[in-house]
Amino acid sequence: MTAREEILRRVQAAFVRAPERPSTDTGGNQWIHRDYAHTRDLPDPLALFVERVQDYQATVIRTGPDGVAAAVAKSLAGARRVVVPHGFNPSWVPDDLDVVRDEPALRADELDAVDAVISSAVVGIAVTGTIVLDHTEGQGRRALTLVPDLHVCVVTANQIVGDVPEAVTRLSSPVSAGRPLTWISGPSATVDIELIRVNGVHGPRTLRVVLVESPTT
Amino acid sequence: MTSGRTINTATFLGIPPFPIAAREALADSQLRGNLRHATHTIRTKRARVAAELDDWEQLRVAAADIKDDVLGNMGHYLEQLEESLTRAGASVHWARDGAEANRIVIDIARRHRVEEVVKVKSMATGEIGLNAALEEAGISVWETDLAELIVQLGNDLPSHILVPAIHRNRSEVREIFLREMGKVGMPAEADLSDEPAELAGAARRHLREKFLRAKVAVSGANFAVADTGTLVVVESEGNGRMCLTLPEVLISVVGIEKIVPTWTDLEVFLQLLPRSATGERMNPYTSTWTGVTVGDGPQEVHVVLLDNGRTKVLADEVGRQALRCIRCSACLNVCPVYERVGGHAYGSIYPGPIGSILTPMLRGVGTDEATDALPFASSLCGACYEVCPVLINIPEVLVHLREKVVDSHRGGVPGTLQAAMTGASWTLGASRRLALLQRVAGLSGRLLGRRGLIGRMPPPLSRWTDARDVPAPPRESFRGWWARTDGDRKNAGPPPHTPRKGGEQV
Repeated sequence: MTAREEILRRVQAAFVRAPERPSTDTGGNQWIHRDYAHTRDLPDPLALFVERVQDYQATVIRTGPDGVAAAVAKSLAGARRVVVPHGFNPSWVPDDLDVVRDEPALRADELDAVDAVISSAVVGIAVTGTIVLDHTEGQGRRALTLVPDLHVCVVTANQIVGDVPEAVTRLSSPVSAGRPLTWISGPSATVDIELIRVNGVHGPRTLRVVLVESPTT
Repeated sequence: MTSGRTINTATFLGIPPFPIAAREALADSQLRGNLRHATHTIRTKRARVAAELDDWEQLRVAAADIKDDVLGNMGHYLEQLEESLTRAGASVHWARDGAEANRIVIDIARRHRVEEVVKVKSMATGEIGLNAALEEAGISVWETDLAELIVQLGNDLPSHILVPAIHRNRSEVREIFLREMGKVGMPAEADLSDEPAELAGAARRHLREKFLRAKVAVSGANFAVADTGTLVVVESEGNGRMCLTLPEVLISVVGIEKIVPTWTDLEVFLQLLPRSATGERMNPYTSTWTGVTVGDGPQEVHVVLLDNGRTKVLADEVGRQALRCIRCSACLNVCPVYERVGGHAYGSIYPGPIGSILTPMLRGVGTDEATDALPFASSLCGACYEVCPVLINIPEVLVHLREKVVDSHRGGVPGTLQAAMTGASWTLGASRRLALLQRVAGLSGRLLGRRGLIGRMPPPLSRWTDARDVPAPPRESFRGWWARTDGDRKNAGPPPHTPRKGGEQV
């Protein structure tokens, strides 16, 4: 008997009686109580998003569409060699940067030698101050926003949702398409030594967020 | 073979049973201080962020229901997960037990001719002793979580699910880093201070060279989504992202209970887990991946589905709820027993209240003395059940397991407890015998008792009195008092205004 057969046999034997409740595929798991909040009624989601991101000691600059390049430049704070992923909005890239492209793909040690990375995102979550990347256009493959020590992330107002359930709903199609996701809530951190929070262990030690609002929002 | 750079990996084998280990832990005031600070800090933060969500209770109910659906239909979901993973380009392996899982991981590593693997903190791989097995096979293992690194370099054991090195203070960590890092890679700077930020910096430099060159990584998973084949790792430091992203080959060892049916179900767990675990609204990094993504991350992805006793737990009608556990460790942080003795006394990778039920069920009741002691390592106060985000009724399972432990000891040589119970049964079975014993006890109480308490009794009764004071037996038994005073009527007479009917009192 293979391990697979053996485990499935054990699983079946574990229930003397047939499972009391039918499973998802038959549409029979309607008994699951799902009366938690699926949306949150927030008076000002953008303000809350900013506040919650700042709670993690990440900085946020709010700007209109015309001010993005300047806000990114300010967030880079002098970093010169910057990775810019394929598909990142060219009008958001400041002048006078030593732009590093991931074409052909950079080796990990080459990535380790750049000063910063700029990327866009796909979703921002107000209640938790989280940014989610699905690593499509403008965000680069996962290593790009991981190895450099400074990550500047541009999020647009229409990407901000209230809480986790709304984000999970929006992310359902990239996940179904097999995209990997990275959820980022502040810079890398640890409390492993005496529970004292230290920012920056292995991921980027500094996270700066640029929030782009259209004039009407 | 490697060049002798491997670290001896400590195991929980040989840890004495809980009562003995607990006594040693209680004598360590440094440990108790660290634990008290840690557990109180995290539990306060947890309570604050849980209270922020007014649907917290509904989320807990939903989480318990979703996990119960998985447990009740485990076969279906396992097959669905296997199919989704395979479709996404992952290779699926099945492991009946830890040894089989370890062999699978070693075989994959050997096929790639690597001498080392990097590792994300994972409870499942700790449970099966993967590090020791890999090192025996000549493959070095680098733990990359800061706390796991401290534990590994110190040849030590984890003492908490979430902050495994919480028993170490900063100066101990500094000493370990200075002494050990150079033996296995980039040394710590000689002038390293004991500031946590500097220590974290030393870990960053030490591990970065390992991340950048690693070919094979090993991880666990917090969740495995059956309908999409997506695995989820929830972490803080970014070591997880490094391991999941940079190497060419990724092997994830996943307990079969980690399944959630659909992607949507994560909307419940990604709210409950970070708030319950570290008391944050969200942990710094959550990574999800679905098999192989062309051009991004490992191009060879393996998933090892691990039983190792989980189907035994599944077969226990009362105990199977323990498989809902999402390893948040909230129950450790509120437990009055854990707070005082720490994680090592539990002799298992799973300490605290959840360990007291999970370890005996995974290993099997009656396996050894240390395992059988665990269901008794609790005051049954119920604080664990109150905070559990998936509503595991830990006290209920503890009592159930105590019964199983007692049952498993029937028929052998009677222990002290059984002898005492047999004696009690004989004594209580006849009123004359009880009266006689009480007179003897009353006399001895006068000899033994100070301030109405007996502090110490000789073995085997010392096993009770070492941890508890016994009230000294009263000079006179109730039965003796009743016989002498006719229920106090001879001395005090009836209470005023009590009606009397023909000398009979109602």
